[in-house]
Amino acid sequence: MSQYQWDWLVIFENVTDTDEFYYQWLISGLGWTLLIALSAWVIALILGTIIGTARTLPNKFVAGIATAYVELFRNIPLIVQLFMWFFVLPEMVPTNIGNWMKQDMPHPGIITSIIGLGLFTAARVAEQIRTGILALPRGQKNAGLALGLTLAQTYRHVLLPMAFRVVIPPLTSEFMSIFKNSAVAYSITATELFFQMKQITGDYKPANQIEVVTIVGLIYILVAFSANRIMTFIERRVQVPGYISGGK
Amino acid sequence: MQLDWSSIPRASNALWEGFQFSISLTAFAALAGIILGTLLAMARLSSIKPLSMIASGYVNIFRSTPLVIVIYWFYVVLPFIIGRPIGAEHSAYVTFAIFEAAYFCEIMRAGIQSIPKGQVYAGSALGFTYGQNMRYIILPQAFRNVVPLLLTQTIILFQDTSLVYVLGATDLFGAADKIAHRDNTLLEMYVTVAVIYFVISFFLSRLVKHLHSKIAIIR
Repeated sequence: MSQYQWDWLVIFENVTDTDEFYYQWLISGLGWTLLIALSAWVIALILGTIIGTARTLPNKFVAGIATAYVELFRNIPLIVQLFMWFFVLPEMVPTNIGNWMKQDMPHPGIITSIIGLGLFTAARVAEQIRTGILALPRGQKNAGLALGLTLAQTYRHVLLPMAFRVVIPPLTSEFMSIFKNSAVAYSITATELFFQMKQITGDYKPANQIEVVTIVGLIYILVAFSANRIMTFIERRVQVPGYISGGK
Repeated sequence: MQLDWSSIPRASNALWEGFQFSISLTAFAALAGIILGTLLAMARLSSIKPLSMIASGYVNIFRSTPLVIVIYWFYVVLPFIIGRPIGAEHSAYVTFAIFEAAYFCEIMRAGIQSIPKGQVYAGSALGFTYGQNMRYIILPQAFRNVVPLLLTQTIILFQDTSLVYVLGATDLFGAADKIAHRDNTLLEMYVTVAVIYFVISFFLSRLVKHLHSKIAIIR
């Protein structure tokens, strides 16, 4: 392989026999990657907050269910979870719903990855939220209750606003992870960035795999870096003076 | 829907072989990753600027790249470097060791930084060189402090080995996937591996929690 023909401009070439270009495939893939990751992030934040909060509640039953959710979703690899949603679930539900999922659902790979990735990340977000709530001084909850707030109001107005700010640094790393993890969605036919890359290196340009994979790798690094910047910006805006992240 | 669980015993040999690959990949990557990660952590904390910059660059790059991309990248680059084709399995060993080193580095760095500075000075005052200081004073304590974190990372690593699917390698998940397509038993196979991964990861993480409460250093 000593005479490897380097061609870094390969992504600007025409796709064989069409008037498309490879970079257009990559851009479209990047768009789906961002869509999958951001939509999944919305699910993960909402569900993760609910489950993380539930784990700190005095009600044993609710806390138990929330704990079970976290353990279940944290101990099965993401790719196996996606396969469960994509291949197993349609067979488990009533036949007509299953058939709809397999045949008529628009963008099945994309939708399934958004939900699968969202549920997967929710377990991780829940752990961060729980840690954030438990990290607050116990007096805050007691003070809220002593002021006559109900438990729900104490969470809504006292605990969660504080906990959210405290957990922003660990949430930053989850936010970066969700973009990275979205690459696994290729395995259930979601046409995101990694999928497009595999298509190009596999069927169209097997001679220039190194360049294509490296370029796509750099795009992912850039996305993760941007995600990090955005979260740091938010962190600065909402920091509580004198609190952990406040001094950084 | 008809589930045919009788297909599982028939598949157990192939699953077992795949499982063995998953385990040996996990063990090798954990061992190599911890050794490499410890060296990286020492480099990151070094007062020699270029050294610490290279180490932190290494860590940051691998930590912001999806594992599937890294697996795939090494798979296409390694043959170019060594000049001959390399199998999916061998490529996976190299990739996971190099990739996990970045994560283990951060854990070891936290461990080293958890040791009070006075101990380093005490060592130097006793005439220890940097190497001796690390070898006899800092690393043993640092290591002990982060054993639970290292084990937790190893459980994550065990789950991540399922991503060698991208190379078509036959790990536990890969074996299940191949049998699933051969025998047309998708449901049974996927449910089975999910249960296997869950049981192993769940009980290991329980064990780590237990261990954590046992070995936590009393200060």
